[in-house]
Amino acid sequence: MSGRIVVVGASMSGLRAAEQLRAAGWTGTITVVGDEPHMPYNRPPLSKEVLAGKAPFESLAFTPKSAAADVEWRLGTKAVAAGLDERTVTLDDGSTLAYDGLVVATGMRPRRLRCPGPLAGRHTVRTIDDAQALRDDLTRPGVRVVVVGAGFIGCEVAATAVGLGVTEVTVVDPLPLPMVGPLGELLARALLARHEARGVRFALGAQVAGFEGDERVTGVVLADGTVLPADVVVESVGSVANVEWLDGNGLDLSDGVLTDEQLRVGGRPDVVAVGDVARFPNARYDGVPRRVEHWSIPTDTAKHAARTLVARLTGADAEAAPFSPLPTFWSDQHEFRLQSFGAPALGKADVRVLDGDPDGDVLAGYHVDDRLVGVVALGGHKAAMGAARYRTQLMKQPVPTA
Amino acid sequence: MKVVVDMNKCQDHGQCVFAAPDVFSMDDDGRLLFVPDPDDALREEVEEAADVCPLQAIRIED
Repeated sequence: MSGRIVVVGASMSGLRAAEQLRAAGWTGTITVVGDEPHMPYNRPPLSKEVLAGKAPFESLAFTPKSAAADVEWRLGTKAVAAGLDERTVTLDDGSTLAYDGLVVATGMRPRRLRCPGPLAGRHTVRTIDDAQALRDDLTRPGVRVVVVGAGFIGCEVAATAVGLGVTEVTVVDPLPLPMVGPLGELLARALLARHEARGVRFALGAQVAGFEGDERVTGVVLADGTVLPADVVVESVGSVANVEWLDGNGLDLSDGVLTDEQLRVGGRPDVVAVGDVARFPNARYDGVPRRVEHWSIPTDTAKHAARTLVARLTGADAEAAPFSPLPTFWSDQHEFRLQSFGAPALGKADVRVLDGDPDGDVLAGYHVDDRLVGVVALGGHKAAMGAARYRTQLMKQPVPTA
Repeated sequence: MKVVVDMNKCQDHGQCVFAAPDVFSMDDDGRLLFVPDPDDALREEVEEAADVCPLQAIRIED
């Protein structure tokens, strides 16, 4: 077998894609292009163990499977354009790679706040370099921290900062509760109470209007005029898909890269997308294409997309069953964990306590038309294991349209 | 096949148990138990378990 598959993106998704291409039987060349200088590494600890200083940065590196030992890595190199009709990718060093198959794995980058004020002292958490810089700032004595955005990363960073001994940590969010998007009201309220009990302050229902300070940030100005003094600001306000390099190919790039149910892009049999940049329909649910930023998605998408692509390139073109992963996520904050299986966000209108109660360990079930579509546990290890007991049930049944 | 788990990294997520139930299990306290030298026929599921470990604590030594 000859030919070349180019994987654009050298994070977890790019690595998993390369490994799964080998597992699917591709023996041709695999070239992985990535803009970070590092080999692929595991990102979840960046807001937790690594930020807390409990795990060294070196411990994050993935160990590539031996089958992927001959993959060609072009690191510190960014793809700047692609010609899907010509089957080429152009890199920022001016070179062009021709491909037989293309895997889009460019992921996301943090969204930044555009309001006025200095940049110094303001952080995002996506890369190893981000986390190192934030840790350096958080461990200065007496710092006051404002976290903008009460999602996964914001809540985790706030908890880690408190754990590091920071006494003033305030989380700002326009919504009335932290993580209310993925969790719904019941658990978001329980989460808020837990954070407050551990010393995290909140400014909810609040918009950021700007930043004070000359060289460095000294405060966060809210829309109502309140100023929160801050030496360190963390912006965790969502992410933006890295898709500009695909412009000009007639693709739907409105939110990531739209794929079909086999993870193919733009109706092209030789282009697939993996990881959080892929906006795919999940046959298990309502068929609405969505991007999913959970950690399990790179592995799930890589496996399916690699089979799709290799089957095409080797002429074994049998149509596979549509992609239908069971979503799962977790989040560690303070000494407790959130653990989810299924699609709770689809069932937020009908949330029931399945076990425990919101003041202690609690397991919540999310329903559509009286049917369980997802569970989330909040609490200690036992609660998380309780969620796992529903996994088989959630695996079994596809859910009717929400 | 030899399976090594870095117990300093393991945080008892249990994802490996779903992927490779013949090799990994949880005791009553939710702590990980595993077969260190499983049959080679189980390689595919052990590789899956290593992939889905959130802490990347599982290593397969050939």
